[in-house]
Amino acid sequence: MKSSLIILVCFVAGILTGRLAPLPSPLELDRYTLYLLCALLLFVGVSVGGDHHLWQTIRQRDNLRLALLPLLVIIGTLFGVAAVSPVLPTLPLRDALAVGAGFGYYSLSSVLLTQTRGETLGVVALLANLMREIATLVLAPLLVRLFGKLAPIASGGATAMDSTLPIIVRFSGKEYSIAALFSGIVLTTAVPFLILIILSM
Amino acid sequence: MWIIVLFFAIGILLGRLLRAHSSLIRLADQLAMVSILFLLFVLGLSVGLNQEALAHFGTLGLQAAILTSGAIIGSVAAVQLLSLSTRRKR
Repeated sequence: MKSSLIILVCFVAGILTGRLAPLPSPLELDRYTLYLLCALLLFVGVSVGGDHHLWQTIRQRDNLRLALLPLLVIIGTLFGVAAVSPVLPTLPLRDALAVGAGFGYYSLSSVLLTQTRGETLGVVALLANLMREIATLVLAPLLVRLFGKLAPIASGGATAMDSTLPIIVRFSGKEYSIAALFSGIVLTTAVPFLILIILSM
Repeated sequence: MWIIVLFFAIGILLGRLLRAHSSLIRLADQLAMVSILFLLFVLGLSVGLNQEALAHFGTLGLQAAILTSGAIIGSVAAVQLLSLSTRRKR
């Protein structure tokens, strides 16, 4: 949660700088942000690949239900987004699905969508995926009571491996921590792939 | 844009090879955080310079809230299938 705050402060500081400082158009920056984005994904990859939980849980192959969990989160998220998208006639279905495919990973999805589809969709991705994380943190006890112990793991999406893990462990129980970690890691890894696949459709 | 995914895949392989060196993994984590902070500052900057995006900030927030509701309800509903299958087994 602390890092979410720092991230928001950076974003808001950017807005204020853009408003107050008479800067030239940021088009010049665009070229360099692509390089930085490549570097960012390399770093994120190293940190995912170097996570010993990932290789531990993959080795527990006997558990088919565990493997199904992130798959169902992906399918459910995309169906849910597709179901509400007629309410938003100005937003093409493809863009709506790409925002949904952030699975709460707001930093990466907003940066990716800014680069590919422009800053308007980048902002929607930032807000939507940040809301997913915050809603999971706030609603976890309610979700567990109404829909069972897997519900906050589903709602947390990619964040179930880090920022929402403590709250999931608290309300679903320690025995769900492996499922949360696994689902979160798979979804985190899936974010860049799914966003680019959806946008190329 | 697919070049980004290539870097991601290389990163995962590199992380797998380096996973014994936890200080290097932590460094990658920190570098990722710094890049994200910078990229979001740039996103903020381009929003701040774009009068139109700024004027529609409320609309974008509403769109985001609607999309998120759909995403959460859909994903929670989908994993109910797993809970149902366990209950049946017992």
